[in-house]
Amino acid sequence: MATTPSREVARRVFAREFNDASYTFKESDDDRAPVYVLLPTGQRANRVFLVGTLTETEDVGEDSEYWQGRVVDPNGDTFFMYAGQYQPDAASMLRELEPPAYVAVVGKPRTYETDEGDVNVSVRPESISEVDEATRDRWVVEAAERTLDRIRKFNDQDPEDPDIDEYVAMANEEYGADVEPYRQSVVGALESMEDAAEASAD
Amino acid sequence: MSETDLHTHAEEIREQFSDQIDIDVEDVENRLDTLVNEYKVPANEARRSVVNTYLDEAGIDRDQLGGGGGGNEQVDLAEVDAPEEWVDIRATVVELWDPRADAVAQVGLLGDGTGTIKFTKWSKSDLPELEEGASYSLRNVVTDEYQGRFSVKLNRTTTIEELDEQIEVGSDSVEVEGALVDIQSGSGLIKRCPEDDCTRVLQNGRCSEHGEVEGEFDLRIKCVLDDGEEVSEVIFDEEATEELTGITLEEAKEMAMDALDTTVVADEMRADILGRYYKVTGPTFGRYVLADNQERLTGTVDADELLIKARSI
Repeated sequence: MATTPSREVARRVFAREFNDASYTFKESDDDRAPVYVLLPTGQRANRVFLVGTLTETEDVGEDSEYWQGRVVDPNGDTFFMYAGQYQPDAASMLRELEPPAYVAVVGKPRTYETDEGDVNVSVRPESISEVDEATRDRWVVEAAERTLDRIRKFNDQDPEDPDIDEYVAMANEEYGADVEPYRQSVVGALESMEDAAEASAD
Repeated sequence: MSETDLHTHAEEIREQFSDQIDIDVEDVENRLDTLVNEYKVPANEARRSVVNTYLDEAGIDRDQLGGGGGGNEQVDLAEVDAPEEWVDIRATVVELWDPRADAVAQVGLLGDGTGTIKFTKWSKSDLPELEEGASYSLRNVVTDEYQGRFSVKLNRTTTIEELDEQIEVGSDSVEVEGALVDIQSGSGLIKRCPEDDCTRVLQNGRCSEHGEVEGEFDLRIKCVLDDGEEVSEVIFDEEATEELTGITLEEAKEMAMDALDTTVVADEMRADILGRYYKVTGPTFGRYVLADNQERLTGTVDADELLIKARSI
């Protein structure tokens, strides 16, 4: 079969883990090689797909429009996204949407270093679309499942083992071995779904 | 290439010509050797070239050549991955389509256990009719490629033999599921080239083959489903697009007419389907899944079991 450059998979990750993913790397010296952020649970991400509640939009641009959107996950953690003239579709969605609204976002992870030396992680959206609650619920469970898979793989691997998965090894090195906060965000997200289900059953 | 391989090819070529002329195996082998080992020509191309040389010398038509006994490789449809190869296949006629040109006697889809492939049978080849649902052994067909999709062409030298056994088709139908994360260019209301047997999508009113033409409207969506582990590229044809978006070809044309712009159709579709979850089944075609059946995934998903797992770590 003819080989075409394969499209990067969109990872599912809760905001807490995403915002901690401050380490970036490339896998080749080519200028156009994709930039990955390293998720603390040991997987590379060049694209993410997330669904959550758009709570605020604001034009933070100085000379030209530059839209910031805040999308909150079930734990109340926030994904930040920025869209300007080079993301016209996403920028116009942020301009037009009335928060609160459920949105689905496909985008690239971006990092920048603040003056204080902290690294902030945000999303540069490729697309934003308004979706319904069923889509959001499905995403929450899916993100929980994928995160849990990563955590289990991470925990199963011994950092001393030379055959360890390279991204798990990298995550151990860059962020340390504590993935408990991300397990908690899985539990928290799923519990919020249960609560919602019970509330609607009452 | 090793000497034994060269010798095998040479023997086969001699065999192909045996009804017509007597050629010297050693001579064939030398010619192949020069092309393959000195000029680094791929084996099948070298073979074609050598065969052509003998055809020229003897003044005979390629069509008169024997099918070459063991000349062709019997291939599975999924193995077809290069144009202009002579192969033998065993397959079932999955579908027959209406030929768009007089030059085409029959056109449709062949399938075997590994996949499906388009076939074309030319009128001038004067071959027997193929029947939908029947299985055949087709020897001496030629592969072709267009935009990464492969097809086979039946020609005058093709032998068609109906099989008693039924070749099963179907394992190529796949099911993919995931969030619809991208709608690719060339989606929505498109125009296709109206020329015979050409269905290329026009770019700015131009067909890459036939230049400026009066296009025919069609609906199509090319998109990406992503489940967080894998991506699948999916094509929805007119019918599937209508089912997916609720927009008919007529409505799409009206929308485009009102807006004096065809891109409004794709924009409207994008707003309806992007970011939602779908399950699609259908055959694969090159790297695409052709959507036969689709389902929007809206049902509630059970979080209980996952929660138990998450708590137990």
